[in-house]
Amino acid sequence: MKDCRLWRVVAVLALAGELAGADFTRDIAPVLTTRCSECHGPDQQKAGLRLDSRAAALQGGKSGKPALVPGRPEQSELFRRVTTTDRDEAMPPKGDRLRPEQIAALKAWIEAGADWPENDPRRHWAFIPPQRPEPPAVKNRRWVRNPIDAFVLARLEREGLHPSPPADRVTLIRRLSLDLIGLPPTPAEVDAFLADPAPDAYERLVERLLASPHYGEKWGRHWLDAARYADTNGYEKDQPRTIWPYRDWVIHAFNRDLPFDQFTIDQLAGDLLPDATDDQVIATGFLRNSMYNEEGGVDPEQFRVDAIVDRVDTIGKAFLGLTLACAQCHSHKYDPISQREYYRFFAFLNNDDEPDFEVLTPEQRAKRRALLEEAAALEREALRADPALPARLAAWEDAARTAPGHWTVLKPDDWHGQPGVKLELMSDHSLIALAHNPGEATYVVTFRPGLSNLTALRLEAIPHPNQRAGGPGRSENGNFVLSELTVTLATHRDDESLERRVPLRRATASFEQPGFPVAAAIDGTVTNRTGWAIDAGPHRRGQPQQAVFELAEPLTVPTNLVLRLKLEHKYGGAHVLGRFRIAVTTDSPPAPADPVPPAVRALLAKPREARSEAEQLAIFRHYRTTDTNLAALNARIDALFKDWPTGPRTLVLTNRVEDRRITRIFARGDFKRPTEPVTPGFPEVLLPARALAARSTGVDREVPGGGLEAGEPGREAGSGPATRLDLARWIVSPENPLTARVIMNRVWQVYFGEGLVRTPEDFGTRADPPTHPELLDWLATEFVQRGWSLKAMHRLIVTSATYRQSSRLTPELRERDPYNRLLARAARFRVEAETVRDIALAASGLLSLKIGGPSIFPPIPDGVLSLGYGAPMEWKVSPGEDKYRRGLYVFWKRTVPYPSLLVFDAPNADFGCVRRVRSNTPLQALTTLNDAVFHEAAQALALRVVREGGPTERARAVYAFRRCTCRRPSAPELEALLRFVAEQRAYFEDRTAAAVRVAAADPANPPADVNLHAVAAWTLAARVLLNLDETLTRE
Amino acid sequence: MNLPLTAELRAERARWLSRRWFFRECGIGLGWMALAHLLGRAADRAAAAPGRPANPLAPRAPHFAPKAKRVIYLFQAGAPSQIDLFDHKPMLAKYDGRPVPKEVVQDQIYAFIKPDAALFASTFKFARHGRSGAEISEAFPHLATVADELCIIRSMNTHAFNHAPAQILMNTGSTLFGRPSMGAWVTYGLGSESQDLPGFVVLSSAGGTSGGASNWGCGFLPTVYQGVPFRRSGDPILSLSNPPGVTREQQRRTLDLLKELNERRLEVTGDPEIATRINAYEMAFRMQVSGPELMDLSQESPQTLALYGVEPGKPGYALNCLLARRLVERGVRFVQLFHEAWDHHSEVHKGIKDQAAATDRATAALIQDLKQRGLLEDTLVIWGGEFGRTPMVQHDPNGGYNQGRDHHPQAFTMWLAGGGVKPGITWGETDELGFHVVRDKVHVHDLHATILHLLGFDHTRLTYRFQGRDFRLTDVHGEVVKGILA
Repeated sequence: MKDCRLWRVVAVLALAGELAGADFTRDIAPVLTTRCSECHGPDQQKAGLRLDSRAAALQGGKSGKPALVPGRPEQSELFRRVTTTDRDEAMPPKGDRLRPEQIAALKAWIEAGADWPENDPRRHWAFIPPQRPEPPAVKNRRWVRNPIDAFVLARLEREGLHPSPPADRVTLIRRLSLDLIGLPPTPAEVDAFLADPAPDAYERLVERLLASPHYGEKWGRHWLDAARYADTNGYEKDQPRTIWPYRDWVIHAFNRDLPFDQFTIDQLAGDLLPDATDDQVIATGFLRNSMYNEEGGVDPEQFRVDAIVDRVDTIGKAFLGLTLACAQCHSHKYDPISQREYYRFFAFLNNDDEPDFEVLTPEQRAKRRALLEEAAALEREALRADPALPARLAAWEDAARTAPGHWTVLKPDDWHGQPGVKLELMSDHSLIALAHNPGEATYVVTFRPGLSNLTALRLEAIPHPNQRAGGPGRSENGNFVLSELTVTLATHRDDESLERRVPLRRATASFEQPGFPVAAAIDGTVTNRTGWAIDAGPHRRGQPQQAVFELAEPLTVPTNLVLRLKLEHKYGGAHVLGRFRIAVTTDSPPAPADPVPPAVRALLAKPREARSEAEQLAIFRHYRTTDTNLAALNARIDALFKDWPTGPRTLVLTNRVEDRRITRIFARGDFKRPTEPVTPGFPEVLLPARALAARSTGVDREVPGGGLEAGEPGREAGSGPATRLDLARWIVSPENPLTARVIMNRVWQVYFGEGLVRTPEDFGTRADPPTHPELLDWLATEFVQRGWSLKAMHRLIVTSATYRQSSRLTPELRERDPYNRLLARAARFRVEAETVRDIALAASGLLSLKIGGPSIFPPIPDGVLSLGYGAPMEWKVSPGEDKYRRGLYVFWKRTVPYPSLLVFDAPNADFGCVRRVRSNTPLQALTTLNDAVFHEAAQALALRVVREGGPTERARAVYAFRRCTCRRPSAPELEALLRFVAEQRAYFEDRTAAAVRVAAADPANPPADVNLHAVAAWTLAARVLLNLDETLTRE
Repeated sequence: MNLPLTAELRAERARWLSRRWFFRECGIGLGWMALAHLLGRAADRAAAAPGRPANPLAPRAPHFAPKAKRVIYLFQAGAPSQIDLFDHKPMLAKYDGRPVPKEVVQDQIYAFIKPDAALFASTFKFARHGRSGAEISEAFPHLATVADELCIIRSMNTHAFNHAPAQILMNTGSTLFGRPSMGAWVTYGLGSESQDLPGFVVLSSAGGTSGGASNWGCGFLPTVYQGVPFRRSGDPILSLSNPPGVTREQQRRTLDLLKELNERRLEVTGDPEIATRINAYEMAFRMQVSGPELMDLSQESPQTLALYGVEPGKPGYALNCLLARRLVERGVRFVQLFHEAWDHHSEVHKGIKDQAAATDRATAALIQDLKQRGLLEDTLVIWGGEFGRTPMVQHDPNGGYNQGRDHHPQAFTMWLAGGGVKPGITWGETDELGFHVVRDKVHVHDLHATILHLLGFDHTRLTYRFQGRDFRLTDVHGEVVKGILA
């Protein structure tokens, strides 16, 4: 045994002799970070030793022995411990010993003087704001079209390489179209470009494409990857959600070239902007794209916290190229971000509500205004027409001025929701139901009121932004049906047999939906579909309502018993209370439920002469519903509101007003282990002190005691803890070293297949440095100088000589630079998943170019949906042209992603993605060969070819080839294709049935105007062309 | 000596050279560029090394000699009741109907029931089986016959108690979405022996899973390592059949023309990705044969079909067990069955009887069949759900719950068989009520570490760098359970 070890040491020494010297960054740092820093790093310093800086290693730990003695491995404790055979002393204590080559490298490195480059991560290139570099001088100045080329060419000249010749014009127009709008050019567009002799033909083409409304679809889709956009909530239930208005906002934001700084601010804090537009509120859907767990029995807080974790991660990836998530459980090992800083970042996002926001078109908005004006006109008219009315109204106002009765709100002592609904107690003693939303639910709430002579109970149904449609119920329109309320006196233990029923005499409600009177909630029947409901029609939803339940006789709760309320909701369709509160009274007799809405009551509190006309009218608006003399007026107005337009409700974020949260550091990232409180703040490394001092937003200001109570809306910037708006502004502040670089890198990646930094998601200290650091910094500073205009940067990049190069990989380049890091050619790569679909549909002429709107349902193979939990979701194939819309509109179900997109590496949207993999697999081949959608495209292309491709097979072949690749086939290509078509025509000649099956999308109704034998043969040929590598590739 | 070649000859020679080069260097799955990312710095060397196919699915050796070469994971989604199947608790009968003591429950919260719910003894009888004397309930009579092959872990423990997060944890090592699944890690680490079937196949029966596609997702690993879900009826692999009316001969001619045209483009562009694509299309063509061949049970003996309880043409768990064997025989690395049917919040007795009827025979048959064929010794079979079920009852007739059990993360049972695991042992122990693990706790991370160990990996070294960090299946946790290694 010992001999073996000895031999090993000898071998190590021999190996060390061969090493010219070890490089710290390449050979030593990885060993230290992976094998030593867990115990001897920033988080832990076992035996008092740190091995994350040279000074600390020279000093050593508690033993007093230096870990490092430059030049003397044998005296260096670090080296001795990794090579010793003494088990008690050997390091690392867990896992394998260091490998011989690692030991050899350590030895060589120490012998050579233990050079430890100043590795203060604060000085990492990406954390220093970009300085604008001068474009370098180059020899071949004629090649340079703009500064980008100077940076690229300077590097090539240093390496002794030459740029590739420009690509041919057909390649250029197809490349540009795919890159800028994600669609191939039509043959007519190709012809026009080829025939355009003007010297600026290319530039005009660029302008046309940048102005195309499809530009926003192509570039929006890239952003949607980072934004983890999906059409369902994820997790087990994976229910559909409506957030496509956010997707459309992204498309339009790109199309109108919304400056990227504003684009950022709108998405992170659009709702907090003064006079926020609807669009700016919709933009906050960016943050809402997190998943949402509605599984039975979940603790809503756990998944709320997970959603914030996801938002931090997404912001880190999408804007900062930073792996913030690493600091959730402990301080970041590689980048200078502490756990405390992580939770300070988290705190920016921890005080929001998550409403859905109704999206109206301008026409709908106008219609609503018109309806309200019409109703107001009728109301004014009624007030004028009946001279007695103002007096009746005044009398009512006087009588209604004070709310009836004296009520004491009770704080629940215990509560339980079934099945698997977790109620949360709010500070106003209301209970709120979040997350799991079963069709039916029962709540049991227990009180120790310490009151006697109770005469009635009051149930308040309270709206909350976190409920669907704002509540107060959990149904799609914020309604509920309280099937039955049962009141009992019970023992503390959960034993129904010991409960004594408290009889209820009478119930009143502030509002009763016709057919759902409150009396039905105490009628002793829970199995029927009766109960109390509150929907007052689309224009009066989201209002608080209340019901009062009179006890049959005054009740005193003995001290050994508790008061228990059971609220049963059996109607189905999630007609369940979302938030409610209980109060009691000893008034005898008790007052009935207050029919006056709180908003009206607030107006009544104002002296009549202080009210505006509109306010007075608002009071009348409620009053008229109580006056039987006004039945005709009420009926006319109700009829008007039948036309009240409604829009889709999209997920957004708003500042939380009630029950503001205090953010605490979670020990080991566990939400159940909150520790010290923190205020919102930015990672220090990214905000140089001078920049901080220069800013006056109050960012990073500590609130005494660490609390975060100053939550009043509309608070001035600078007067309290920082907000999401501060976060957004910091991200796009000129001092932020990362954002502009990160975005420019991702733009570059789309054009060149790879970013200048190969890891767009990580610009940290572990990432490879940029291939062209000056170019990246030039692009970043240019981007800011040009007002964060993405179109300006696109224009610059695509008009560069670098971009226009041929993508051909010559044997020389294959030898010298196979991965094209030096950019001596253009990139050639398979298009994204959505574009694979779009190209097939475009080539065949099936593609619909409709922009925006709800996601679409193209045909999906049988059996796929049953992979999702529960009953397979309904997937009704979209009718008409919607079936043929672009890939980015395909409904994205997180647990069952659309297979033909997933197979081409579309990200699954569980989390943000800023770099798609490009795989090349047999399953992809099967998809484009055999999937029904792609085969239909082949049939449609064949039909076009036969109808429009010309009189000869030769002409048709050229036509078909051009529709797929844009270029004309070469002679051998043409001959091969024609041979194939001839052969297939011969096959189908006497097989009409087979021809119909192959050629016709609907074999029962084949097209009548064409030779189906020809269409069948061309369908097979079209399949070949649609599957060509070139068709699927951007060259 | 350079002869003056005609243009035609020169082109021919270039064609020959590039073909030789490309088809040696370009495999399938990923092109050059993506492969460079995958293999990191090693890729440059690999790509330059002659004769090494650039195929991310090519078989690779693990860190040390493995005991198991492939995995069949029978995922019992929904979470079967260990109390009624493996973890025999006579004490529950004594306290049946009484509330569980607060000091036992501590601060655990439950999905549906209140923490002070009544204890609920199993309604199944238990007996000892085989030479090993393993305790298995009467619900699994067939499994009992292979008791001596099983390593029953009664001390499993997890930290998630809702289905989706717990399934994701069991399959990816994290409750947060976005990590690669175990099958993806294993395929990444070992590649696949199969040239014409996916390396990681997912079969499902009963309901769809709570965790959805992320249960077999690739997370940040390249998508080639994603599990490929087979359909239950029709073609197992999507788009495996030609479009209606297209014959196999026509498909061959289609591919011939495609290949010819693609090769011409390869010549013009020099892009190795085209060679990769040509290979992918050829493999797709082979899959079109191997897929149906896989599904064709006519070569299976009637005895085998009877052993599994497979009725030809009827999809389900039994068929999937038989397919699992056929898949591993064909070199597939990781086969995962999902049977989502065990979430017995109500009527746990009936639920278990029904699911036992659907699965017990086939599970036992798989073990027997693998053993008979000599495959069990290097095939690791895993059985279990995402957590356990409570020793307490879930009973609330108003809510529609009658004699069921709620989710229980603290203690549950899984078993392993074959592939380097000690056969015929029962590992770990829970307290008298089956509530907590009291001996040899095995957390999900420990199970993962152990599975990777059996496959020849040091779980701390099977890593993939993403966002600057070396991720692994076990995150920063996991201890190999040495006591269960053969």
